[in-house]
Amino acid sequence: MLLRAENLCKRFGGVSALEALDLEIEAGAVHSIIGPNGAGKTTLLNVLCGIYRPEEGRVRVQEKSMVGRAPHEFAAAGIGRTFQNLQIFFNMSALENVMAGRWLHERCSLAAALARLPSLARAERACRIEAEALLAFVGLEAWRDAPSDTLPYGALKRLEIARALAAKPALLLLDEPAAGLNPTETLEIDRLIQRLAASGVTIVLVEHNMKLVMGVSQHVVVLDYGRKLAEGSPDAVRRDPKVIEAYLGAGA
Amino acid sequence: MSAQLLQFLLSGLTVGAIYALVALGFAIIYNASHVINFAQGEFVMIGGMATVSFIDAGLPLPLSIPLAVGVAAVVGLLLEKLAIEPARNASVVTLIIITIGASILLRGLASLVWDKKIHAVPAFSGEAPIALGGATLLPQTVWVLGVAAVVVGLLWWFFNRTLTGSAILAVSHNRLAAQLMGVSVRRVLLVSFGLSAALGALAGILIAPITFTSWDVGVMLGLKGFAAAILGGLGSGPGAVVGGLALGMIESLGAGYLSSAYKDVFAFLIILAALVVLPNGLFGRRAAERV
Amino acid sequence: MAILVGLNAIVCVGLNLLVGFAGQVSLGHAGFFGLGAYGSAILAARYGWPPLAALAAATAATGVLAWLIGRPILRLKGHYLAMATLGFGIIVSIVVSNEDRITGGPDGMSVPPLSILGYAIVGERTWYWIVATLLLATVWVALNLIDSPRGRALRALHGSEVAAEAIGIDAARHKLSAFVISALAAAAAGALTAHYAGFITPSKASFLHSIELITMVVFGGMASTLGAVVGAAVLTTLPQFLTVFKEYEMVLLGAVMMLTMIFMPRGLVPTLERALAAARRKPL
Repeated sequence: MLLRAENLCKRFGGVSALEALDLEIEAGAVHSIIGPNGAGKTTLLNVLCGIYRPEEGRVRVQEKSMVGRAPHEFAAAGIGRTFQNLQIFFNMSALENVMAGRWLHERCSLAAALARLPSLARAERACRIEAEALLAFVGLEAWRDAPSDTLPYGALKRLEIARALAAKPALLLLDEPAAGLNPTETLEIDRLIQRLAASGVTIVLVEHNMKLVMGVSQHVVVLDYGRKLAEGSPDAVRRDPKVIEAYLGAGA
Repeated sequence: MSAQLLQFLLSGLTVGAIYALVALGFAIIYNASHVINFAQGEFVMIGGMATVSFIDAGLPLPLSIPLAVGVAAVVGLLLEKLAIEPARNASVVTLIIITIGASILLRGLASLVWDKKIHAVPAFSGEAPIALGGATLLPQTVWVLGVAAVVVGLLWWFFNRTLTGSAILAVSHNRLAAQLMGVSVRRVLLVSFGLSAALGALAGILIAPITFTSWDVGVMLGLKGFAAAILGGLGSGPGAVVGGLALGMIESLGAGYLSSAYKDVFAFLIILAALVVLPNGLFGRRAAERV
Repeated sequence: MAILVGLNAIVCVGLNLLVGFAGQVSLGHAGFFGLGAYGSAILAARYGWPPLAALAAATAATGVLAWLIGRPILRLKGHYLAMATLGFGIIVSIVVSNEDRITGGPDGMSVPPLSILGYAIVGERTWYWIVATLLLATVWVALNLIDSPRGRALRALHGSEVAAEAIGIDAARHKLSAFVISALAAAAAGALTAHYAGFITPSKASFLHSIELITMVVFGGMASTLGAVVGAAVLTTLPQFLTVFKEYEMVLLGAVMMLTMIFMPRGLVPTLERALAAARRKPL
């Protein structure tokens, strides 16, 4: 089991954002988390990558407990993440953003950095080549050297994915990658996620776009008010009366 | 309570009230613009020094004081109009350097307009000490505490009960939304700077009869006001007041019981320790970053 | 004059790593400068240490102190961090001013000249070569660091701390190392300044000096090593020019600071770089 979340509870003051949540993520599949606004989807992602510490319960990555660990330790354990509100490094170019993503795989001692040893130059070249490949994979090779604050919104969304991929994560958490995109851009993201899934990356997708979700996922979890409402294959979830009621209201 | 302790607490409250007023000035400007106005201390200095000038020119004290506050408020408005507004899109660090430059400029002007000597300001109602539970109280102290309390009350009424005050608070919470509601951010900034300058000047005038005034009193008072605002939680009005009073008392107790030379060290150490435990100050909003 | 510029530039290059690249703020770096200066002065003058050993020990000790206080205070953000560093700087300057038995108090103390293996280093020319070499070495090391993956990690921290953590960058550790490196640079420059001038006063550890240092970095251009050097050069020499104006010196200095920051908010070097880049595109 790639990731296991047991009895997660996250509270902010008096509000319970997540309550008694269990989740199992199997390697190699695309899992989606859906639910109305305020259901706790982003909160769940934040707990799964270590940004939030749950009040109760724990997260296990490849059976290793991640209780009390910092976000960078989650990253080192193989969790990658994109953000609902873009967190691009706007002080760097597109290529540099992706190169930065490779941090976990750089072997760069302080001495080599300070003295500019030849081994560093070789490593930097390799890093650059890999980053360029990732940019091509997400379709951004034209923007390679552009300052990232000149990229259009849709391109930035894809840049975040490229950066997250540079860390070679075992599990990639995508937080509303299609939010704010027009239909053409949404189609591109859809195809990108399909390519990702085909390449073997395990994906947990939070999305509102139902067509996208149902088309690409093998497993869907529905949240409502911080609790798991239903889970299963896209078809099973789509027909679940509890889900229909939560989304469309009783009597629909 | 021992007479000595009471004495320390009273002097701590007095200087704390001054810090509270200066800290409120920082809080008001920070709320409106997210800028830390390092020239705030100079408004304190202008208050005291301008009062000295008006008195030397022959004007009575009750007239000199509002005039001096007015002068400071005008300087505050000019600072906003000429220095902050043109740079409104600059980074926070750049704006900090601008206000630091302004503070140097104002101090330089002060040394030219006035001089580098120490000046005295007459106490508002005489110097006869009042006995209180074994401690002695200067009449000026009563003025400081009384006026500060009234001012804080007026500010509370202004921000909570008037339209202009609410507009300023709206800008501090969400500038864009406030603009969409028809609030003129430029006017809000002007009012904030003018108001903060007036507060600073008032603080300077209140304390001048006790501690004298000179061209460079602003530096340390400004720093202490900033420290008090941070301690209380940046942007929080009640925080500024509590922070100011706390800082004053810590300083006074430190000077009394430990060493007067190290009172500032003691105060800053306490502030550092407090920040480590409460990274957003006493009343600071622990804003959850939305990712 | 050039020597003072060089020494200030060393501090600024280090400070720029912390402020310009890692995006932190320090309003108390004169504290580290003063600790290096006084540490070396006291060890050499009062305890008879060989000046070079005193310099090394003072710099190392300051680095350790920076490591110790950096860990808790770098958890603070923005203006709160500014306050913490400000407080640190003021504490150092007050202690240095008051412990007059060891430090000579507000009037300062005299410092023996630097000597290497028994040869006293005196004379402007020798110092000029020493400082120039050290400055070049500092700039070279800084540029290497910035171009390396570690430099990217620092800049990533500045760009978005949460995203940096999400790709595995330990924010706390990197902020701390930038803090300690900049403290070491400041302390070393402080110690050198003390031995060069033969004298040290508490004003070198004051809040005003901290402000001067941060202004040099911002004025020259943050996130630009060249900018840090240029900023140090301009703001070290400018006050010397302004003394001609005697009592108008402060007014002019304040005015210059304000005007340059209003019209060149990114700092001198980045603004010039952009202007050059724009001019190059014009022929089209």
